[in-house]
Amino acid sequence: MSRLQTVDTATKGSRIGESAIRPDGVPKVKGEFVFSNDLRHPDMIWGGTLRSPHPSARIVSINTTPALKMTGVYAVLTSEDLDGMPLYGLEHPDQPVLADGVVRFQGEPVAIVAADHPDNVRLALEAIDVEYELIEPLSDSKLAQENEAIHPDGNLFREININYGNSQEEGEITVEGTYEVGMQDQAPLGTESGMAVPSEDGGIDLFVSTQWLHADRDQVAACLNLPPEKVRLTLAGVGGAFGAREDISLHIHLCLLAMRTGKPIKMSYSRTESFHGHVHRHPAQMWYRHHAKSDGTLIRIEARLLLDGGAYASTSSAVLANATCFAAGPYRVPNVEIYGAVVRTNNPPCGAMRGFGCVQVCFAHEAQMDKLAVELGMDPVELRVKNALEPGDQIITGQTITGTAPVAEVIETCAQHSSSVGPASQQMELPGGAGRTADPKHIVRGEAIAVGFKNLMFSEGFDDFSTASCQLLDGVATITSACAEVGQGFVTLAQQIVREILGVEEVILAPASTASVGSAGSTSASRQTWMSGGAVKSACDAVRIKLLSRIAESHDLDVESLVIVDGGIASLSSEFSISLKEATSDLVEAEEVYRHVPTFPLDENGQGNAHVSFVFSAHRAVVDVDQELGLVKVVELITSQDVGRVLNPLQLQGQLEGGAAQGLGLAVMEEINVVDGRILNPSFTDYLLPTALDMPPVEIAALIEQPEPNAPFGAKGVGEPPAISSTAAIASAVRNATGLDLHRVPIRPTDIVFPERNDND
Amino acid sequence: MGVIIAKSVNEACAVLAENPAATVLAGGTDLMVQVNRGTHSLETVLDLSRIPELKKWTMEDNQIILGAGISYTDLTHPQLSAFFPALAQAARTVGSPQIRNAGTLGGNLATASPAGDTIPVLVAMDASMQLKSSTETREVSITEFITGVKANALKPGEIIESIKVPIFKGPQEFLKVGTRNAMVISVVSLALVTDYLERKLRIGVGSVSPVPFRATEAEEFISDKFDWETNRNLSEKVINKFSELVANSTEPIDDHRGTANYRKHAVKVLAKRALERVSAGDIK
Ligand SMILES: Cc1cc2nc3c(=O)[nH]c(=O)nc-3n(C[C@H](O)[C@H](O)[C@H](O)COP(=O)(O)OP(=O)(O)OC[C@H]3O[C@@H](n4cnc5c(N)ncnc54)[C@H](O)[C@@H]3O)c2cc1C
Repeated sequence: MSRLQTVDTATKGSRIGESAIRPDGVPKVKGEFVFSNDLRHPDMIWGGTLRSPHPSARIVSINTTPALKMTGVYAVLTSEDLDGMPLYGLEHPDQPVLADGVVRFQGEPVAIVAADHPDNVRLALEAIDVEYELIEPLSDSKLAQENEAIHPDGNLFREININYGNSQEEGEITVEGTYEVGMQDQAPLGTESGMAVPSEDGGIDLFVSTQWLHADRDQVAACLNLPPEKVRLTLAGVGGAFGAREDISLHIHLCLLAMRTGKPIKMSYSRTESFHGHVHRHPAQMWYRHHAKSDGTLIRIEARLLLDGGAYASTSSAVLANATCFAAGPYRVPNVEIYGAVVRTNNPPCGAMRGFGCVQVCFAHEAQMDKLAVELGMDPVELRVKNALEPGDQIITGQTITGTAPVAEVIETCAQHSSSVGPASQQMELPGGAGRTADPKHIVRGEAIAVGFKNLMFSEGFDDFSTASCQLLDGVATITSACAEVGQGFVTLAQQIVREILGVEEVILAPASTASVGSAGSTSASRQTWMSGGAVKSACDAVRIKLLSRIAESHDLDVESLVIVDGGIASLSSEFSISLKEATSDLVEAEEVYRHVPTFPLDENGQGNAHVSFVFSAHRAVVDVDQELGLVKVVELITSQDVGRVLNPLQLQGQLEGGAAQGLGLAVMEEINVVDGRILNPSFTDYLLPTALDMPPVEIAALIEQPEPNAPFGAKGVGEPPAISSTAAIASAVRNATGLDLHRVPIRPTDIVFPERNDND
Repeated sequence: MGVIIAKSVNEACAVLAENPAATVLAGGTDLMVQVNRGTHSLETVLDLSRIPELKKWTMEDNQIILGAGISYTDLTHPQLSAFFPALAQAARTVGSPQIRNAGTLGGNLATASPAGDTIPVLVAMDASMQLKSSTETREVSITEFITGVKANALKPGEIIESIKVPIFKGPQEFLKVGTRNAMVISVVSLALVTDYLERKLRIGVGSVSPVPFRATEAEEFISDKFDWETNRNLSEKVINKFSELVANSTEPIDDHRGTANYRKHAVKVLAKRALERVSAGDIK
């Protein structure tokens, strides 16, 4: 026993449950971390992309001859130069590698260039002459289904009907509302960048910042017409992702140019190009009707959801599945009729972003719950708790919650937490901040709570797995996994898991690469702690068993009596002990593939066990609003989250704060303004992200630790919930402050100042 | 591309005389945005950031002469802000600390954006500017200098040497609306400067017309109604009339930062609040 305690203090701060320090933290703070944009090769040349200035057009002709003749230019490629698969896509290949005769969104790649210097790349791009014949863009998602198809696959990506229960009963109380969510961007600070290096075997090495190396690899290989093993992807330093890097961006272009020129080539998007070059959060239009008994019991929900998927499929169909499955919120609802559709338009393509379909509906279902509370004359917290899902309940897909579901707990702890803000004492702290506009006479304060939920991991029968190997030699563990570290902290957790199980101090993480290990799946869906954490745990468990068996055998001991403690192996039944270093002078290794429980497709009524596990969160927001100018200041954010088990408190706090900031952005300022298919604000000058003056401290009221069955260490993924209920809580608090029926986020000053007219629409 | 680092105003002017196409660089906070956007390509760059004269300020006949290289951070220094609080308030609303350290008054004026934050204050105060070339030094009023949206009266070979700002006795206010609480381009801005000795209220507005301007009709109305002795009793009717006059003098546009309707409404609110603030305090 005393020996165990020594171990604890000796390795303090490094095991499961402790705030281990990120291995990449200090280099990032010092500016020494190599991001993908910092990649260099002595012989490298540069690539660039010519993009369509039009959201919808036929390409009449492309003349590349003048560009090809320019000094320093190595190659100019168009769709005619492709000899692999001409289309790619995460769920379904429908997006051209290079536009073939038609462009369907502003910014669609038309040609790519390789040259010796970025300036010559730019000049060559300017010299390519493309003649377009303009087509009226389809920019209104409401018209998409009746409009002429703008793609051979049609304008409907997917529609889902969820019919649960069979009562058409009208409630004693009904409330109805229409809601809208604008297009948010993930806005990772690192723009898309990477380097492709042709190899002697006719294959290619691609170093790129991404969320999922193996899915990229398969798409790149198909488009290059190469066997997958000849395409090797290695993770380059990722400057944030949030969903923006789940799809291919410059990957195939880089490889095509490298193959054509035989040279290492680098590409790096500008900020504006980045806004055009990755998918965004789906804008949504939602209609809801809630029916309740006069005591507040929900009896029925009807909803119609329309998501704008933009020009290409990306992950639209999975986003729609989430939007519909989670449309009712974390409540017990006996009867549900929901219709959801995600359609194709000539707007910028939309796909994955933190919260993945649950953010949009959370805003709507929580606004509905507030309306219902008003109609009922009931406290909004009480109404939510009354209807809160519990373990053993079914969600609206008929799936029974077999894991934990502390919904009432997150609501109650969040609601009961005492507020620590007084009235603002300085101009800077009032709405309008540094602009000095506020007049305390015109400031109103509001407060509200919202609850959200989401699935963890991939759903609907997807074969979701992660692979990891562990090698233990001379007391040093090496973990190999293709899990993309995008800032979420997997690298820290992987080390913590190894130390926890194998008792070693030094844990090396091999580079994440498709060449060295099988897929880890995507760094998305809040899944890597569970999935790749699970794979690392399995690999370590296997190594541990192999090692102890080997020691038991060679020293004639009972394997059951052996434990790893204090950097060594000891026997509980004898005086035997050996240091880990000595015990592993011969390599012990294992590779494991981790899978979660299988899931199943939704049937024609949207019913089925489609999801693995559910996670819940609540936010309470306090806001000050300048009603005359329509300016908002969020003064306090309080949150409670269902986490299963805390594995690293500091990293968890980081996720809760960062996610809430992103949710705040969507509530009051972050929007890609698209008019007639064109982005009006593709820069950080006008795509506004919250600053330190906009973002209040996040108070954590409670982390609900109810270990999730089947989850490694009982931990749930934590990355997405903070971005789900925060937006809804802030919007609701602004409604509470102003008394206005604000049915759209982001809330714009005009929505508050001119509530009666739709000045922006 | 070559960079010439000038050490004096005369040297800078000589370089420009020889090479009128050279790009003048101060803090670079506007210029580099244009370069990155590809709307400005650099051949020869003339750097003014290490010319000590341009960073100085002096007092002369109840006027302060500010070197064109003075930064926003410098303007918020108590020594300077005491002379023109509204200019310091405007400087504080600009960008982030990094931008306020690098960005200069001269750069803000040369860029001549309708949303340039120092401009409404300088317009309200009738500031003038000294422009210098190797052959000539001339003085122009700020309204002559700014000739249109991002257009100025600089001739080839000329730089802004300094800005001359009269000192006024009485309270001042600068207010700026943006959809974020800091580091945001103004949707509407307004400066109100009281001139106790001349018994006049001066109002400059920004982002509501191609060029920031003075709302003269509103100025005349309110200067007449203002109680210059005890500074009290501005009726609600007067305040409303005043703010309406300010709003009516504007010609805002719709863009992705705000609608024309909102801008007109917001400038009215700013005018009212600014007036209430100056009339709440000690007028002398
Ligand atoms: C993130 C960010 C936030 C910003 N926020 C604001 C804001 O809130 N409010 C605001 O008003 N502006 C803002 N700006 C714009 C910019 O910071 C200011 O306009 C600043 O004053 C420009 O000064 P500078 O010294 O950096 O000029 P530079 O970029 O060096 O030069 C700008 C132009 O002026 C010319 N120039 C500079 N000095 C002289 C001179 N002495 N004589 C002749 N020509 C000259 C240059 O040739 C160039 O054409 C922001 C910019 C950024 C990047």
